[in-house]
Amino acid sequence: MSLSIFQNMGLNAMNKVMSNKLHIALYIAPALLLVSVLVFIPLILSGYYGLMDWDGIGAKTFIGLENYITGIQDSKFWDSALHSFLLAVFSTLSLAIYLAVSIILASKIKGADLLRKIYLIPMLLSSVAIAQLWIKVYNPSSGILNTFLRSIGIEEPPNWLADPTIVLFAIFIPILWQYAGFYILIYYAALKNIPESLIEAARIDGATPFQIATRIKLPLIKEVVSVTIVLAIVGSLKYFDLIYVMTAGGPNGASEVMASYMYKLAFNSYNFGYGSAIGFLLLIITMIVTVIVRKLTATKERIEY
Amino acid sequence: MNRIGYFFLYLALIVVAMFQILPLIWLFIFSLKDNREIFAGSPFALPSEFRWENYVKVWDGGIGVYFFNSVWITVVAIILTVLFASMATFAITRMKWKLSGLVLGLFMIGLMIPIHSALIPLYSMFMGVGMIDNPWSIVLTYTAYNLPITMMILLGFYYTLPKEVEEAAIIDGCSIHRMFFRIILPMTTPVMATTVVINMIYNWNEFVFVNTFISSEKYKTLTVGIQNFIGQYMTDWGAIGATLIISVLPIIIAFIFFSNKVVEGISSSAVKG
Repeated sequence: MSLSIFQNMGLNAMNKVMSNKLHIALYIAPALLLVSVLVFIPLILSGYYGLMDWDGIGAKTFIGLENYITGIQDSKFWDSALHSFLLAVFSTLSLAIYLAVSIILASKIKGADLLRKIYLIPMLLSSVAIAQLWIKVYNPSSGILNTFLRSIGIEEPPNWLADPTIVLFAIFIPILWQYAGFYILIYYAALKNIPESLIEAARIDGATPFQIATRIKLPLIKEVVSVTIVLAIVGSLKYFDLIYVMTAGGPNGASEVMASYMYKLAFNSYNFGYGSAIGFLLLIITMIVTVIVRKLTATKERIEY
Repeated sequence: MNRIGYFFLYLALIVVAMFQILPLIWLFIFSLKDNREIFAGSPFALPSEFRWENYVKVWDGGIGVYFFNSVWITVVAIILTVLFASMATFAITRMKWKLSGLVLGLFMIGLMIPIHSALIPLYSMFMGVGMIDNPWSIVLTYTAYNLPITMMILLGFYYTLPKEVEEAAIIDGCSIHRMFFRIILPMTTPVMATTVVINMIYNWNEFVFVNTFISSEKYKTLTVGIQNFIGQYMTDWGAIGATLIISVLPIIIAFIFFSNKVVEGISSSAVKG
């Protein structure tokens, strides 16, 4: 009896403290203020600045939707969007490789933990360092790639980053290298979550390892796979650092992506109004693609086991 | 599975490991060579003499300043981010108020947005308040942009904290601040460690904000600094290699000591998204 009164007193006191408006405001304010001022307000401003003719220093002149109309008719913008889209396709396809490696890694391999940590190392490095390293790898005369190709008898290996027909592919290889460990880590964790009993049961029923992988493991981690598809596609639409450092969008725009095109408009040509409009289009495109890909990959039923 | 099957599986895994690690080994080897040896010799041959002077040369040539800036900016932004994210997560998960769900949703939207869309307005805002070419613009931006991911990692842990702890503290007459800083925060040490490691990787490697907001050499961090620096030393491969190794070394060392935290942070920052 006395105990329950005591508990009630405690609950009342606690409710009072934990629903005190001043306390709540105090604890939420720093984070909310920073995110509102430095993330959300700039995003909205970007749409607004897109309506201006503005060089970033002088006065802004309202010109309505002119920048957006120019953007929609700008073939350079759509070329850069196409390159972003191609990177998204490459990235999504490469998930199959990561998935295959993860399935092998999760099948009772000794040293799996060490291997997946080795795979993860490139993911920890800055895109600038990765870009500089791969500029060296691709160096036409002394890079390891062409040195290797010449050693196996290819007399004139390509000049990877200077050839507009292959530059985008050449840029994709370091991206593959950078993110391999990340996706393998996610798939590996999901595969390890599958109860051993399910796989054992299938084995007793005479399923081959390949059947176990494709008929049991894959369907069970469908949800994780769809999350990674969203990550790969949305991530690709935002690529910037690596490309900006490796090729600056060149040669002749052959590796320009949406973010690098926007960046150059603003900070190289001082076309802040038009740059903002392209930045806002980038935001809209990313949002639309995210929603579409989520819808397409959504699994109908949550898997329970 | 039979032995031959396992042999091929291992072979495949080791080929992938080689692909991941060989470019870095090559980088380390050529950071200790001079150009003559790099251009003439075999790429993976050990240097005839280890030229550590490449490292001394680039460190004294300006990398030291960038390194110091990266350290302090990374550390200050981590402290602010983890503190503010912990406070906000505490308010959202443990306190009782109507708008908590909505505010949480707002933070989570912050996970999806492309930062480049906000770059021009951010630049003009900092310009307006005289904070362009001021390292605090970088610290605040890192804090703001890392809050959502940090909160996402913290959330799960805060939800599982037992109510009894708070109850007991309040019955004992503890103020809310004392309870948060003396009881709750210490209890979340394991998950805070994960967020610290993740924030360290993000801040240390960030490029575009520094490249846009900072123009003085004395404020540049490593990512932007090495960009210019490599321009200067365009033809000296040993110097470039040493610069890159210096820039990635702190992260690699952190990974060696805290690899489980890194793995935990990276997987929890992705899967729940």
